[in-house]
Amino acid sequence: MSRTTFFEVEILDTKTKEQLCFLDKVEPHSSIADIKSLFHKSYPKWYPARQSLRLDPKGKALRDDDILQNLPVGTSASIYFKDLGPQLGWTMVFLVEYLGPLLIYLLFYLRVPYIYSKKHTFTSSTHPVVSLACACHSFHYIKRLIETIFLHRFSHGTMPLGSIVRNCAYYWGFAAWLAYYINHPLYTPPSYGERQVNYALMIFLLCEAGNFSIHWTLNGLKCEGSKSRRYPRPSKNPFTWLFVFVSCPNYTYEVGAWVGLSIMTQCVPVALFTLVGFAQMTIWARGKHKTYIREFKDYPNLRMPILPLIL
Amino acid sequence: MSAPAMGTSKTAHDSSNKKKRGPGTLAIAYLVIYNVVMTAGWLVIAVGLVRAYLARGSYHGLYYSIEKPLKFFQTVALLEILHCAVGIVPSSVVLTGFQVMSRVFLTWAVTHSVREAKLSSTVCHLVANSVLSPVFTFGRAAVFVTFYCFVKCAWFSTRPYSLKLVQSEDSVLLFVAAWTITEIIRYSFYTFSLLNHLPYLIKWARYTFFIVLYPMGVTGELLTIYAALPYVQKTGLYSITLPNKYNFSFDYHTFLILIMISYIPLFPQLYFHMMRQRKKVLGHVDEYSKVE
Repeated sequence: MSRTTFFEVEILDTKTKEQLCFLDKVEPHSSIADIKSLFHKSYPKWYPARQSLRLDPKGKALRDDDILQNLPVGTSASIYFKDLGPQLGWTMVFLVEYLGPLLIYLLFYLRVPYIYSKKHTFTSSTHPVVSLACACHSFHYIKRLIETIFLHRFSHGTMPLGSIVRNCAYYWGFAAWLAYYINHPLYTPPSYGERQVNYALMIFLLCEAGNFSIHWTLNGLKCEGSKSRRYPRPSKNPFTWLFVFVSCPNYTYEVGAWVGLSIMTQCVPVALFTLVGFAQMTIWARGKHKTYIREFKDYPNLRMPILPLIL
Repeated sequence: MSAPAMGTSKTAHDSSNKKKRGPGTLAIAYLVIYNVVMTAGWLVIAVGLVRAYLARGSYHGLYYSIEKPLKFFQTVALLEILHCAVGIVPSSVVLTGFQVMSRVFLTWAVTHSVREAKLSSTVCHLVANSVLSPVFTFGRAAVFVTFYCFVKCAWFSTRPYSLKLVQSEDSVLLFVAAWTITEIIRYSFYTFSLLNHLPYLIKWARYTFFIVLYPMGVTGELLTIYAALPYVQKTGLYSITLPNKYNFSFDYHTFLILIMISYIPLFPQLYFHMMRQRKKVLGHVDEYSKVE
């Protein structure tokens, strides 16, 4: 005869400590995800992605795959709930973040009315480098969109709405700012002429290829769910050889591509965007680097977070 | 903006609650000296203002009497960012940086600069209009403007006091006065806190005077920036125009307008934060009198 002790779960608000929901006859092997769906039934506006459940009001949030009976609670559990606010799936987030700059740049390239003076509306620039820059910028974001749709697999499900608004303001704002100058009627082409443009284009293309190779490699690593058991290593693809020196070569190549674009356009706003992006990616790279070192005891010593031998 | 640095109210709390974490003895000695020097400096400015007023009998142009110590002591306050970065003061670097930089910006990039621009800008106009300007396509206009600028320059040099300079504006006195009183109270507050001997009067003053001084300072600052706008537009101060090699432009005039607009969301936030701090710190009056 099987005796299944059912659990009782009460869900309390983290701030007010009042009881929001009481669940009885909960299966002991239910996961937090199940609890979240049950809670969602009582409060339809709080879908599971925006729930943060924790055992202690000041503690860490419980993971969706934690099992109820493995948690340090008796058969009667008190769980605290916090609303994370409206959430958007990562794929949706990236689509919105990348479509913006792509389309905004094109608006400036085509010299849509009200941006520049009337006599320049819908004209095109006399400099070939301007068209080249437009092609490169568009290629960069189209590549990112394709990667988002077909390649990336995300660990967290969602992102809060506030962050999305802020990120979009940043990407879209900067894209508009740099597009304004590159496509301006008074744009000055690079000082060293065609040679500068060609070398810069080469850097850009190599870095884009490198960035794609790294994404492909990282995608191959993610066999089961979110936790990867192996750290990335160099493979037959020469672009992945950067893994010998760097933990996050995708960021390295990304900075490289933008450096290429800065040199190609010889435009301060592009250089500033590169700089800010570099600063942000360095922070991410260092975090990732620390995680790798913590997780893998045999992590190679030579590797730096983002720049070989330097940073 | 003239708000006292918010995060540093924690310093007082921590040291008055006798938490032994944080800076060592050497750091505390340095901070005490720093705060005493700053208190003295702002007292000098206060005394300078009063003496100048008594000597002249009017409020106008008092800025000139304390221009140098004001610039000096306000700029030295940049050290406070370093204090936070190094960790001897438990405040946020970003918050302190933001407040100090806004003060330094007003002192140098607005109040100081708009005067220099008066004279040097006419020279710039001369050079730009006659030699470099791509905008002037009409030779005659260029000659006329050059001549006009030359005449203006000569006229200015003979009449230094009839100019309506930004420093002569009464708004400058408004924020200088607000800053002076605020800073004297704030630095003496820190000094006493570090020495664990904070008189209630200073604490009360710090968390009460801001109610009037903060809006007063902000009004003075906004009016001063507003007064500087025509000069900045006319002289193109700190502005870069297209076309240029690096494909970049910067309009200081628009930048100043954006700064003024930024006061709208920021001022209420900072003001009400101080109000909340006031309730928290001064609210426990009964408990404190027991401790004293």
